[in-house]
Amino acid sequence: MARAKIRWADTLDEEEFGEALPPTTIKGPDSHGVKTVTEYYRNEKGDAIKKVTKSKVVQVEKKVYKVTEERRQWQRFGKAATETVQDSVTVQQKEDIPFERVRQLKATQQEKKMDMQAAMQSADKSTIVGSLKDMLYKRRMERELLRAKGLLADAERPPEEDGQPGKPAGLPSAPKPGSYVPPSVRNRGAGGGGGEGDSMQQRRRDENSLRVTNLSEDVSEADLQELFRPFGPISRVFLAVDRTTGENRGFAFVNYVYREDAERAIRNLNGYGYDNLILHVEWAAPRAERG
Amino acid sequence: MRPYLLKGHERPLTQVKYNREGDLMISCAKNLYPCLWMADDGTRIGTYEGHNGAVWTCEISMDSQRLITSSADQTVRIWDLPTGKELHQIKMNEPCRACALSIGEKLLAFTTDSFMGIPPQIHIVDVDLQAEPGSGQIAGDKPRLTFDAPKGRITRIGWVEQNKVLLTSHDGGFVRRWDAETGELLEEAQVHEDAIQDMQFSQDGSYVVTASLDKTAKLVDVCTLEVLKTYKTGRFVQSAAISPLMDHVLAGGGQDASQVTTTAAKAGGFEARFFHKIYQEEFGNVRGHFGPINSVAFAPDGRSFATGGEDGYVRIHHFDMEYFSAKYV
Repeated sequence: MARAKIRWADTLDEEEFGEALPPTTIKGPDSHGVKTVTEYYRNEKGDAIKKVTKSKVVQVEKKVYKVTEERRQWQRFGKAATETVQDSVTVQQKEDIPFERVRQLKATQQEKKMDMQAAMQSADKSTIVGSLKDMLYKRRMERELLRAKGLLADAERPPEEDGQPGKPAGLPSAPKPGSYVPPSVRNRGAGGGGGEGDSMQQRRRDENSLRVTNLSEDVSEADLQELFRPFGPISRVFLAVDRTTGENRGFAFVNYVYREDAERAIRNLNGYGYDNLILHVEWAAPRAERG
Repeated sequence: MRPYLLKGHERPLTQVKYNREGDLMISCAKNLYPCLWMADDGTRIGTYEGHNGAVWTCEISMDSQRLITSSADQTVRIWDLPTGKELHQIKMNEPCRACALSIGEKLLAFTTDSFMGIPPQIHIVDVDLQAEPGSGQIAGDKPRLTFDAPKGRITRIGWVEQNKVLLTSHDGGFVRRWDAETGELLEEAQVHEDAIQDMQFSQDGSYVVTASLDKTAKLVDVCTLEVLKTYKTGRFVQSAAISPLMDHVLAGGGQDASQVTTTAAKAGGFEARFFHKIYQEEFGNVRGHFGPINSVAFAPDGRSFATGGEDGYVRIHHFDMEYFSAKYV
């Protein structure tokens, strides 16, 4: 089997060879199986042309019956004797026809399904990241231990959940307990919550909203609830989840019913080491400003 | 795979068959001349001209020197395979369908369809394929034995148990065993619910694969007629073959030719489908034909296969290495 590839063909000076052209030389095949054929000829204009053809010589061994070699010499007969190339009775298809696997495809789809089902059935996501959770829990316990011994630096002191928040200027006090305050009136004047015409949903989203960033990947909404609940009633927790990977994107929004609670949460949780990362908690910019 | 497309017939193929060594291939079609091909690159060597009707089946002698064809023109003809010369003609009064040479090639069994009130019949003729052409010795003038079969076409015939028994497949899904000496019906079994279109032997001849219009192919033991395996395709199966190399069964077919133009191309199911012989599961297919596949055949080395379609094309596929190395289990 030889595949020829013309590398170059260069015109030679007439004077160099005169009328007589050098004979064709064949070199090789060399150690790489490359055969080099050097030919000299003249084109229509009478220019002497040197043509070097390099071809790779590959030997393919195939066992055949002796008798089949004889059969190759058989004369064509019938319609085959008169057929021409133009009849194209035998054509090798240009397109590559694959051997399409059926079962394998099914198997992989089934496997995926099985995996999904198994994951769904085995309680919640926490079992999947169980080992990591354990590790983080262990670390937190170690920190607790250090703190108990008074060895932990102040910077990493956990939030005091009942810490007394300083009264921010211009903030009204919380409504009297027991008396009903309609949601639309709640926290009125507290940071100028959305206009009255806004839908409830919109207000809920924008009011007393905290942005929590630098979350670790295996934090769930339940975890955030647990973390933020001690400071007061929460109206909404939104954890940004990557649609493709299903993992969270490292930030979340938490809305408090009361602004004071939100303030307290910022003061206590900003800079708090949660899992192995230091949380960053701040006021979420209103929708329009976020951009 | 880059298959070779052989366009030697303008009409639907009826059978493709390899010779013993697997270097030659014969294709029969509903047009008048069977073709001889080189099996490796699909070069046409010749055509056998003389028939006056569709050629239903063919048989190649062990030494690849003789070709026997049975045709709807009510003849069975014996040809010199290398030259395409007709050596002998057995004239019947009914369309001839299936034919088979006995082990040793001294006997030829062939079947005729029911015609003009005559029931379907099985005939056994003495043959001497080595006899000099023109000496008149090639085949007996009259069948040595002729016996009637129940109503319904006899689609394929084969010799089993050292030429003592003839195995036939029938319309209606029956497989029958006949005493080759007396023509007595030994056993019968309805293995399919609909017509059996093709029956091909395994390498050792101990079981056959039957292809049926009931949309299944089945492995059937030739001695007990017990169904060993069932391959469900969901399409009419026109032909099935057993790989001599791997534990694979190849089935070809597709929806009925009369409905091809009324449905989407993809709905046809014209792929050549590969089933695992033991697990009975379809593991792969090879597309290509744009009509139902009428006949499939494995090369005797199991490294290539040929399909003949209703579309008039024969396709010769040489398997890629991946086919042999891939694990299916």
